[in-house]
Amino acid sequence: MRGPLRRPFPRDWFVRNGAYRRFMIRELTSIFVGGYIVFLLVWLHQLGQGPQQYHALVETMRHPLAVMLHVLALLAALYHSITWFNLTPIVMPLRIGEDRLPNAVVAIAMGYLPWVAVSGAILWGVLR
Amino acid sequence: MANRMITLEVFRYSPEGDDEATFQDYLVPYHEHWVVLDALNWIKDHADGTLSFRWSCRMGVCGSCGMMVNGEPKLTCAVFLKDYYPSPIRVEPLINFPVERDLVISMDDFLAKLQAVKPWLIREEEEPPADEYLQTPSQLAQYQQFSMCINCMLCYAACPEIEGIPDFLGPAAIALAHRYNLDSRDQGQSQRQEVLGGEEAVWGCTFVGECTAVCPKNVDPAGAIQQAKVASTKDWYRHVLLPWGKR
Repeated sequence: MRGPLRRPFPRDWFVRNGAYRRFMIRELTSIFVGGYIVFLLVWLHQLGQGPQQYHALVETMRHPLAVMLHVLALLAALYHSITWFNLTPIVMPLRIGEDRLPNAVVAIAMGYLPWVAVSGAILWGVLR
Repeated sequence: MANRMITLEVFRYSPEGDDEATFQDYLVPYHEHWVVLDALNWIKDHADGTLSFRWSCRMGVCGSCGMMVNGEPKLTCAVFLKDYYPSPIRVEPLINFPVERDLVISMDDFLAKLQAVKPWLIREEEEPPADEYLQTPSQLAQYQQFSMCINCMLCYAACPEIEGIPDFLGPAAIALAHRYNLDSRDQGQSQRQEVLGGEEAVWGCTFVGECTAVCPKNVDPAGAIQQAKVASTKDWYRHVLLPWGKR
């Protein structure tokens, strides 16, 4: 008598369907988001070291590889943010009485609108 | 019209035998209105009486006939042959569960997890009231979606976390706990929090979301788990900031 058979979950589960793949991409984009935060901290540190070091770093950033990394980080951050905004109504559903507010309304009110407002405020601060 | 046939590749395992699990092919009559469960019952009645599988209501209510159909967790009473014909259909027991025999899985672990979250109304007073606990329609709407679970376990078969965290409470059990926590008549949230708050419960979930995608009753267990995370976080802050307060 061997008893019950244990079967492992397939090791390649994350490529098995579109939803699993999109989840994995969302998880991987966090590496770029986290990495860029580290980069910003380094940049801030260089800024504190004086104008020479700062300008040296600016020059380095003009390299095509650095520009490409910035574009990649931007795309990853956009994918990460948008997918999370779209999940907000599932995590924090809003109700009025018996009715649940439509997902799109919650995503816009709790994700996209604050995003646009904060981005606009930063842009205004930089450009004024 | 000539009799059309379709092949079912069915997972076979015997706990008494020496052989590994195998797949056995059965040629089954094809009918447009047949579901996979009809084909399995035809095999049992006409081709091979030794095939074991669970089923009961045939109408998506009892939650017994969940299996992997071409690698996806499905209620076999709700998945039609016509959606696969003329390709063969591979039928396996639900993944993430020990297999007792053929397509029958062991539910012991799942039932223990359900029981661990105390899925009943908990009240602080000892004596129940003489009349019923009243509830408004909007209070009912808070938890109604999460009370529709039929314990079919498809969500466990869709969850990649269970492989890494074998004691993970899992989607259905957490959704059920959340259902009672949201019930205006219940006062047992602090008791359930001990089970819900750990790495093997809500924090073991990385929000893959496939449990919700495969749920035949639109229960949204992934949503329940994320909402339980928010509740768990609030509970932690309350405990840290107001340690003298009631948990």
